[in-house]
Amino acid sequence: MNPLDVPDVTGPYQPRSGQRGTGFLDEPLRLGTTPSATVGPYLAIGLTWADGPWAAAEGTAGGFWIRGRVLDGAGDVVPDAMIETWQADPDGGFPSPEDPRGASSYPGFRGYARAATIPGEFAVHTLKPGRVPDGEGGLQAPHIDVSVFARGMLDRVVTRIYFADEAAANAGDVVLRGLTEEQRRTLVAEQTDEGYRFDVYLQGDDETVFFAI
Amino acid sequence: MTGTTERSAAGSLILPRYLREPEALRTPVGFPDYHSTALRAPLRTPVDLPHRLTEITGPVLGEDRVTAADADLTLRNGGEAVGQRILVYGRVLDSGGRPVPDALVEVWQANSGGRYRHTVDTFPAPLDPHFDGLGRVVTDSLGRYEFMTVKPGAYPWGNHDNAWRPAHIHFSLFGRAFTQRLVTQMYFPDDPLFGQDPIFNAIPAAARYRAISRYSLERTQDNWALAFEWNIVLRGREQTPFETQDDGDVA
Repeated sequence: MNPLDVPDVTGPYQPRSGQRGTGFLDEPLRLGTTPSATVGPYLAIGLTWADGPWAAAEGTAGGFWIRGRVLDGAGDVVPDAMIETWQADPDGGFPSPEDPRGASSYPGFRGYARAATIPGEFAVHTLKPGRVPDGEGGLQAPHIDVSVFARGMLDRVVTRIYFADEAAANAGDVVLRGLTEEQRRTLVAEQTDEGYRFDVYLQGDDETVFFAI
Repeated sequence: MTGTTERSAAGSLILPRYLREPEALRTPVGFPDYHSTALRAPLRTPVDLPHRLTEITGPVLGEDRVTAADADLTLRNGGEAVGQRILVYGRVLDSGGRPVPDALVEVWQANSGGRYRHTVDTFPAPLDPHFDGLGRVVTDSLGRYEFMTVKPGAYPWGNHDNAWRPAHIHFSLFGRAFTQRLVTQMYFPDDPLFGQDPIFNAIPAAARYRAISRYSLERTQDNWALAFEWNIVLRGREQTPFETQDDGDVA
């Protein structure tokens, strides 16, 4: 074969692929989001608040504690994790201007808490959230959105706390309905003398259901 | 209240949906070369959770948490921190390009010798009595933030033989919705330690540049401090082609 035996050019150059601009910017602007990274072992420096655990202020009527451990795949307690919680107030409102129904306020209630697991478990003081619309004509069961951060996790993981004493509401909840009985169990906090217990299993047979949001 | 919120004909709420970065550009929760993830990163596929009221709202954590001293980490205990003074500044935007105003930004870092003020850190570099490594600021109405600090040192960690973390500053951001929450790390340009760091390299290659700040000659302060610019992008709302007349809302 003669390497110089190039086919005759019979027409204008027509690439078989490629992308050409139209000159019209008709796509929405889309910036790439900043990638997440682990909180690392020293999160206590940056993320410790004296009032961190108090989603509901001390002494708020109806206040209780949710306590729990974070456990790794070997069954060991993770002592350098942090959880954050976000939830509605007892009337189903959120202290957030992003709520399309308007921001709510409820005495003594912030809705948000963060707590480290340094003592072996986290503890958050809060109120039972009310039921909020599920967008499908029904009401969600009382629930708390939870973020878990730790050294050894490059992004947060997200789960939800439901309440064992809300069995009827849980049975009709739009999120729980989509899970198996075994999965549902990992999201239900059990009652204790001072509130509820909710352990987070990062791995293993009992791995907590985590959500992609 | 917000531009993308309407009521449908049936009277039910129509909620914004926050876009998610494609998986190929997101940091995975677990990464084998970062050995601590082996027992901690969940192994099962997460369950999709459509965004409802709890996910599209978030706490208001504003200026009452922040003092002027929180924006200058170089002054603690009545003295000047040792190290290269740097101004770190930028904007917090959402992926639609809108500023994220009034949002709490928390930062923490090692001192200039690469040592954290934390009982777990036993690296034999000196602690600095005038540096605690903690800063907090709130974004302004344009999403801007800035703080003065010293450049953190690199430090060794036990992940693999002769493992060193590239210099970095930890950032924690809330945005305005639960979906926007972000904890991340800011790096410095051209760090020779990038190549051997699994935490940096866990970021997909095409997104790594987003974690690296830019040296800023224009904000470098004569006879005082170098400057580095780092813009942070949180998840934004899905935009419809019909939304173009409505540019008043900020997520």
